[in-house]
Amino acid sequence: MGNIVTAINLRKYFPIVGGVFRRKIGDVKAVDGVTFTIKTGETFGLVGESGCGKTTLGKTLIRLLDPTSGKILFDPEGNLPEDPKIGERINNYDISSIKGRKLKSLRRYMQIVYQNPSTSLNPRMLVKDIVAEPLVVQGLAKGKEAEERVLQILERVGLAREHLYRYPHEFSGGQKQRIAIARALITHPKFIVLDEPTSSVDVSVRASLLDLFKELQKKMGLTYLFISHDLSMIEAISDRVAVMYLGKIVEIADPRELFNNPLHPYTQALFSAIPIPDPEVKRERIILGGEPPSPANPPSGCRFHPRCRYAKDICSKQEPALIEVKPGHYVACHLY
Amino acid sequence: MEAILRPDEQLRVKDLVVRFYTYEGIVKAVEKANLNLKKGETLGIVGETGSGKSVTALTILALTPLPGKVEGGSILFKRINGKVDDILKLSEEELVKLRGREISMIFQEPNAALDPLYRVGEQVAEAILSHRLPEMLDRAIESLKEELKNGNGGFSSKLQLWAYNEMKKNPDALKLKLVKKLPIIGKTISRKLNQVVRDEIIGLLRLMEIPDPERVVDSYPHELSGGMQQRIVIAIALACSPLLLLADEPTTSLDVTVQAQILDLITRLKERFGASIIYITHDMGVIAEISDRVAVMYAGNVVEVAPVIELFKKPLHPYTKALLEAIPRPGASFKSIPGTVPNLVNPPSGCRFHPRCPHAMPKCMKEVPELRRITKEHYVACHLYGGEGYGKHSDSD
Amino acid sequence: MKELKFILRRIRETPLSIVGLAIVIFFTIVAIAAPALAPPRPGRDPYMIPRYGYSPIPKPPSPEHPFGLTQGQYDLYYGVIWGTRAAYRIGVLIIAVSALIGIIVGGLAGYYGRIIDEILMRVTDIIFAFPGLILAMALVVAFGPGLDSVTLAMILVWWPGYARLIRGEILRIRSEDFVEAAKAIGCSDLRIIVKHILPNAIYPLLIMASLDIGSVVLTVAALSFLGLGAPEGYADWGQLISLSRNWITGKPGEPFAYWYVYTIPGLFLFLFVMGWNLLGDALRDVMDPMIRRR
Repeated sequence: MGNIVTAINLRKYFPIVGGVFRRKIGDVKAVDGVTFTIKTGETFGLVGESGCGKTTLGKTLIRLLDPTSGKILFDPEGNLPEDPKIGERINNYDISSIKGRKLKSLRRYMQIVYQNPSTSLNPRMLVKDIVAEPLVVQGLAKGKEAEERVLQILERVGLAREHLYRYPHEFSGGQKQRIAIARALITHPKFIVLDEPTSSVDVSVRASLLDLFKELQKKMGLTYLFISHDLSMIEAISDRVAVMYLGKIVEIADPRELFNNPLHPYTQALFSAIPIPDPEVKRERIILGGEPPSPANPPSGCRFHPRCRYAKDICSKQEPALIEVKPGHYVACHLY
Repeated sequence: MEAILRPDEQLRVKDLVVRFYTYEGIVKAVEKANLNLKKGETLGIVGETGSGKSVTALTILALTPLPGKVEGGSILFKRINGKVDDILKLSEEELVKLRGREISMIFQEPNAALDPLYRVGEQVAEAILSHRLPEMLDRAIESLKEELKNGNGGFSSKLQLWAYNEMKKNPDALKLKLVKKLPIIGKTISRKLNQVVRDEIIGLLRLMEIPDPERVVDSYPHELSGGMQQRIVIAIALACSPLLLLADEPTTSLDVTVQAQILDLITRLKERFGASIIYITHDMGVIAEISDRVAVMYAGNVVEVAPVIELFKKPLHPYTKALLEAIPRPGASFKSIPGTVPNLVNPPSGCRFHPRCPHAMPKCMKEVPELRRITKEHYVACHLYGGEGYGKHSDSD
Repeated sequence: MKELKFILRRIRETPLSIVGLAIVIFFTIVAIAAPALAPPRPGRDPYMIPRYGYSPIPKPPSPEHPFGLTQGQYDLYYGVIWGTRAAYRIGVLIIAVSALIGIIVGGLAGYYGRIIDEILMRVTDIIFAFPGLILAMALVVAFGPGLDSVTLAMILVWWPGYARLIRGEILRIRSEDFVEAAKAIGCSDLRIIVKHILPNAIYPLLIMASLDIGSVVLTVAALSFLGLGAPEGYADWGQLISLSRNWITGKPGEPFAYWYVYTIPGLFLFLFVMGWNLLGDALRDVMDPMIRRR
């Protein structure tokens, strides 16, 4: 299996404007130079706390936001060799700056499911029209044929014909999220960004959505980028997990390894903070001091150093690179 | 009926019924809910959206959100003077004294609980001055006397001393109001009091482990992070050392690392202030961490009450079991509860969980199960179990 | 359907809105049935009121002229009936065109922002800087009196309000997730504006427009009263009130001798404005909570 998505030194800055003339006075460095790959067919988990840039990264990968710099290689067919030579071939797959018609047809293959289905579905459109819209916009189907395909996909996500002519507000949160999933899947995309897709639904419904994601992945050959702040959920659903802190990926590993043997001091603190649903287990907590710094003005060197227990001199001076310390386990920390 | 609480009890909610009159129909939000809370304990209430957990909490403050109406039941509360009152029968005047002083609340969204137009210090001061004015006056008077004795107090100290003594007698006296309106003098009068209150606030913020409290006192809420804002809200809630603290999902909008800090803080503050806590959440992990006992709510009913360890080890109600199984665990497949949370305009007959329950019997459709005692401290509302009624235990104990 | 039922039920629950609705329905019927209620003379412009002589003194109601004759012997009954039609024609035209301009300008400013927004909103600022009636008067004088210039002037004065409203709504809706979701499936800007943003932004505009119909008609009547609007003899309430100007004080000893010349068109105008205001208020009450209901 190849890599469906490769990000190379990807950056996304948001300008801060100020003053009477609305001049640029700085940048919020939401994503600041990340390099990683997502393998075809896997669920790639992305965790981090609010403001770490995980949603921005997800949206930039599917070009809902234009990257400030860096490359995004998208290879749904698996044609790109494992270790491509830099040059023309790479650029054929680079979607970081395509525009217009090309970008529009790319949208067929990359989709997103949002956190809150109450705001991601147009309240004044019927379910039928919401789900059919990608087909109509992409010119793939119209009228009867579109409706037929809408019905197919609705059944796949666990809804039925009777739901076609209703408005979103007539559904519960879990059902609304299924509608949003149906809309994302109707063009048979290859790569889906799931942006905290279960955080606004109830606990009892959450598991059934996760099941649905797993099932759809198997049947439709999907690759997921699963963004969440819920670490136990990420652990349960992902094949590989990346931890983000302040615009940087600090650690990548498979979930077992990451949970049993977290290497980066931030990952350690993050995992120790998860409340365990077992009153008899008392975990040793690493309580992080201070506040997360602002991404407009990140600390020098390793961005975690002001809050890190193990900070050394080098940490404030030199930025650690993401290195492979064990097969498949990458970490960006001077300790390793 | 006479209001009785056992000596170690702080609060008892009995057969509480709350309904909402909406255009879609009558929402039966809370139906015969029973709860009790011991002194100094933390009771976790766990439930999904629409389980009635937040409505129950607000009703304990007699702040049932509109268009809700309390249609039955009682909320017995042991007051600061040792008397037991039914909160639902108190006058508005009494309630004002109760809220903030004896019972206070922390909400989910700290930035909604703080007024963006006032500095943090002013907001904490409001809580202190509305309930602890005499204490603050005493402190101010004490410090002024000290000053005069040491000979470094002038006319302004004497003036303030006079004013504070007057205030202690009758804070609403006309002459005080007039004096406060005077230019320079009006300002002078409150100088010492403001200083005393400010010192108190800074001490309080320090207790909340807020770094650099002298700076934070003078900041506006938007200048602080979510975690800091929630600490301020907790400071306001604890400013008057209440007997009962209601915490409605106070960490849901926060990140895990910040949540860990806040949970840690609440646990430690509880020991210091000795308050009883009702902690509402949907997160089983948080429940396991913070509570002594747990009440599980489903669709307006309390379905199970047990000590936390017992609830996690030996859950009885099928809903509790399902809720525990729904927690994602690595390796294991996800288990969800079939069906959806019922519409409370037309709740299922009998036990409200029966359409989703794997053990449903014909009886479950017809009869509403009562909350019954199974072991000493374990109660469950389910036809699968026998046991004696909830209300009866206080006589037998 | 469900929403319509809900709206009707809410309207039923507030008695004042029923009054408003009844008044508006009454005027609508009068406007539609004008040719039957007051048949025009064949071959003449039906909006010109027939005259029955040239005497300057008004005549009280009589069987042939149920509301009497005005100064110059214009038939008041014919005038107010056809005036209803004229009020609708002018009011609805002005509101519709203003709203359309408002949607386009507000839409462009709100969706694209930056310089386009800056320019368009400064233009509305300039128009807002003048009192509406005065500006309309000045424009009519510049264009030359007449109904067409009144209509044009009113549109020029009226659209910025709608543009502002739509712009605000669009700024709010533009940041909603479903707009970004539409972008994610490849919708063009035009489709996003027309299909996703406007349907969600239009309700406040409908409410404001229904509230405004009354005020537009009132303003046009004021311009007519000042002699800037319709030509003499045109069926227009403002014009009719203007004709009564000399007769408001009545005769010596008989202060209300000519009550009909000012009361009748005044009453029509008053009821019309009030009806639309009540209806608009009702719509606002109904739609606001409906949007927020969930």
